[in-house]
Amino acid sequence: MPHLDAAYNLARWLLAGRTEAEDVTQDAMLRAYRFFNTFHSGDARAWLLQIVRNCCYTWLQKNRNWLDVDELDDASVPREKDTPETLAISVNDRERLLGALEQLSPHFREILVLRELEGCSYKEIAAITSRPMGTIMSALARARQQLRALLTKPAVKEARLEL
Amino acid sequence: MSCELAQTRLHAYLDGELDAAGSADFNQHLQACPICSAALAEEEKLRQALQESRLYSRAPAGLRLRVQESLPGPRVEKAYGIAIWRWLAVATVLFLAAALGWRQLSLTERKPYTDAAVVAAIDAHLRSLQPGHMMDVQSTDQHTVKPWFDGKLDFAPPVPDFAANDFPLLGGRLDVVGGRAVAALVYGRRKHFISVFIEKALPSSSWSGSGEMQGYHWEAWNKNGFSFCAVSDVSASDLDQLKQFFLQTQ
Repeated sequence: MPHLDAAYNLARWLLAGRTEAEDVTQDAMLRAYRFFNTFHSGDARAWLLQIVRNCCYTWLQKNRNWLDVDELDDASVPREKDTPETLAISVNDRERLLGALEQLSPHFREILVLRELEGCSYKEIAAITSRPMGTIMSALARARQQLRALLTKPAVKEARLEL
Repeated sequence: MSCELAQTRLHAYLDGELDAAGSADFNQHLQACPICSAALAEEEKLRQALQESRLYSRAPAGLRLRVQESLPGPRVEKAYGIAIWRWLAVATVLFLAAALGWRQLSLTERKPYTDAAVVAAIDAHLRSLQPGHMMDVQSTDQHTVKPWFDGKLDFAPPVPDFAANDFPLLGGRLDVVGGRAVAALVYGRRKHFISVFIEKALPSSSWSGSGEMQGYHWEAWNKNGFSFCAVSDVSASDLDQLKQFFLQTQ
């Protein structure tokens, strides 16, 4: 079954490791199957991930885990300093990264997951998240900045949700 | 390029989204600007940590099964009205096939061949990443790469190019995997390399399945009498995409 891993990975991250990620993925796969006639050509993975994303946000909304603001447009995020703080993180510091990613807002989390874990291009991310292509770079920049800020805070590990 | 402009382009550069000219400009600025170089190094560190920390969650086997069962698959035709002697004939054939298969199995020693073959392919890919080992013939033109293999192998491997699908052909090399000479094609995926090993499919050999080992993914398939194995550090779904493109070409 093509792209099931991609679908599950996105759902798992958007729902922050909740066990419902499996149900939501299954629902999304079924929807994709049902509406396959609306998919003509192009990037099947992006098309499927768009459906997965919609299903996840519907679930989050239904379960009141979702504030209806678009954090990407939030102007309160501080501007990047000239030199970013040096990050004391080593490769394979998995727990810390996991905790920090799950504390990010879903919009920032999804864009990082799509770029760094799924390897999507800006064009694909724009298609999946229904955002203009021109906003993807700045959104990624801010997502990385926030992630770095969370990683430099000491109490990240304790606060993370249990898987 | 001014420092301010460079800062806005840093992420596009990091993500391989600048065009060749923009990339060259940025590079030039990097040489001269320690601030931007340091900023880029930090971003690369974060990226490396994200990509190499096993954060990707593959679908659990149980979910795969449930999804397969929930999707309406091709229905098996109901078998009413088929005379009993036909069933008997089918049963006899199956029995003979099973008996022969059993004989075969007990005659040939069972080896964990698949795993060894995949390990050999991953090793070959790792070797190829050493400087100067990746390509014997370096060309993005499939009509240069394909003839290069003439006379070097006892088969002519298919050499498709998927530049239009963001998997550009970069070249090819001759490799020895598990003691056999195979063709290796090199494809690019953003800043990553993918080795696609190709050999004649034999019943006793060949790669199969897909998976992850030491941070590298592999994906194997068969087509037109060839056995393929793609190995890379790109995501599993990228490899799956490449496989689909291979399966779609003639």
